[in-house]
Amino acid sequence: MIVAEPKPIKEILEMVKDYNKILVLGCKGCVTVCNVGGTKEAAILASTLKIAARKNGKKIEVEEHTLERQCDPEYVDEVKDMIDDYDAIISIACGVGPQFLSERYPTARVFPGVNTKFMGGAVEHGVWSERCAGCGQCVVHHFGGLCPIARCSKSLLNGPCGGSSNGKCEISQDVDCIWDIIVRKMTELGRLEELLEFMPPKSWITARDGGPRRLIREELVI
Amino acid sequence: MSEYKSGSNLEKVLKAGHFAFTGECGPPLGANVEHLKEKAGHLKGCVDAVNVTDNQTAVVRMSSWAASLILLQEGLEPNFQMVCRDRNRLAIQSDILGVYSHGIRNMLCLSGDHQRFGNHPEAKNVFDIDSMQLIYTVKTMRDEGTFLNGQDIDVPPELFIGAASNPFAEPFEFRVHRLAKKIAAGADFIQTQCIYNMDRFREFMKRAVDMGLHEKCYILAGVTPMKSVGMARYMAKQVPGMDVPAPLIKRLQGAGKGKVAGEGIKFAIEQIEEFKEMEGVAGVHLMAIEWEHRVPEISELAGMLPRPKV
Repeated sequence: MIVAEPKPIKEILEMVKDYNKILVLGCKGCVTVCNVGGTKEAAILASTLKIAARKNGKKIEVEEHTLERQCDPEYVDEVKDMIDDYDAIISIACGVGPQFLSERYPTARVFPGVNTKFMGGAVEHGVWSERCAGCGQCVVHHFGGLCPIARCSKSLLNGPCGGSSNGKCEISQDVDCIWDIIVRKMTELGRLEELLEFMPPKSWITARDGGPRRLIREELVI
Repeated sequence: MSEYKSGSNLEKVLKAGHFAFTGECGPPLGANVEHLKEKAGHLKGCVDAVNVTDNQTAVVRMSSWAASLILLQEGLEPNFQMVCRDRNRLAIQSDILGVYSHGIRNMLCLSGDHQRFGNHPEAKNVFDIDSMQLIYTVKTMRDEGTFLNGQDIDVPPELFIGAASNPFAEPFEFRVHRLAKKIAAGADFIQTQCIYNMDRFREFMKRAVDMGLHEKCYILAGVTPMKSVGMARYMAKQVPGMDVPAPLIKRLQGAGKGKVAGEGIKFAIEQIEEFKEMEGVAGVHLMAIEWEHRVPEISELAGMLPRPKV
């Protein structure tokens, strides 16, 4: 899923300080799963904004609403009759949400309520970890099913660098060296040989380096 | 303190109020130093400084700093070009120190063509900072004497800071504002994209002058003589952000066999004559692409010789 974290409340308050009618828009997709942008979090943010305003002696109107998904025009359309009633919209979906809203409702003032972090998953309760860099040409099968592009700090494709120590990356003791994990796994599986092959320079044309991406699947186009 | 920011010949010529004339020389597609020297030799004495391009059109060539040093040894003043596509802020700042240490005094700050246009389209790009931020970086290093992180530089680089402007790219309305932004970020001089649509350029300059930009920065008008009808057509259709009006292509076609190049030069000279009179234009940047040997003739015909000694 796409993993996000809440923006600090101070930052959100600063962004919307000049607005009195605010709509907090949640999303039932990835951000609900990672507990940052669903129905519950929309309600909490709306209450927090109201309390903060009251504390400053300001009266504001805040409503919340949660869409099935903010990355789908069909669902974004759902709020078309409400949007003009508000002078600010806070989207707590990933970075796609505020953009789909801004494109569909050009005059609306849309603010992001979360910081989108990465594509990954929950490794334990309350802890998420990056797994995919979206390079557009998956190669994990060469590395025991683990991705060094997303998980090695240098995205090395031909083994661990000289900074790998005790299974940790040179940048931080909190970062596992994915190459240490890959090498150990392949050794245990008796497949180390696969890692001895030279991996030539990768084409990044399918990644963000090749320009903004777009996917067309003819069989689905109506 | 010196009255100059860098003391480069280009800066001195401009500051003295002369109509500047800069040229361009692309590094070789290899380590062919002799070829580079030969091309550069044609420009000697004809121009105030020579732009040395940095992997232009995202095609790998000898590095711009290395080719700049060779020009320097040949007695030419380089205008070292740097793009943001291939370096992060560490490499950028260290290369700036490096070129300055070797006597380079002009630097042109560019974002760089996307690698998809070039001969290594599968490459990753860097774009850690953009051209605007690169201008700001050089200015910070020169005037504040610090790196981007605020740490002091032990002997800061004193460079004359250049930037590019394309009056013909879309959206047209925003182009002059982008120019203003580059000047505010620290550009001392501007070299424009090659100009063919004179009406549009006149309008662009009028706006720049109305905003007083020509008083804050030296604006050099870009000129590239057309060598052939094919080149004109290619520029019109294939080069992003290039505006080649149909009447110009017609004019070149009308020149007749064997006379197109001459007509291209004639048009370039007419342009230069007009730029000399145009308010806000401080000089001309002549990009005679792989036509360096024609530069002496063009310079002579355009009345740009001899170059001033300041």
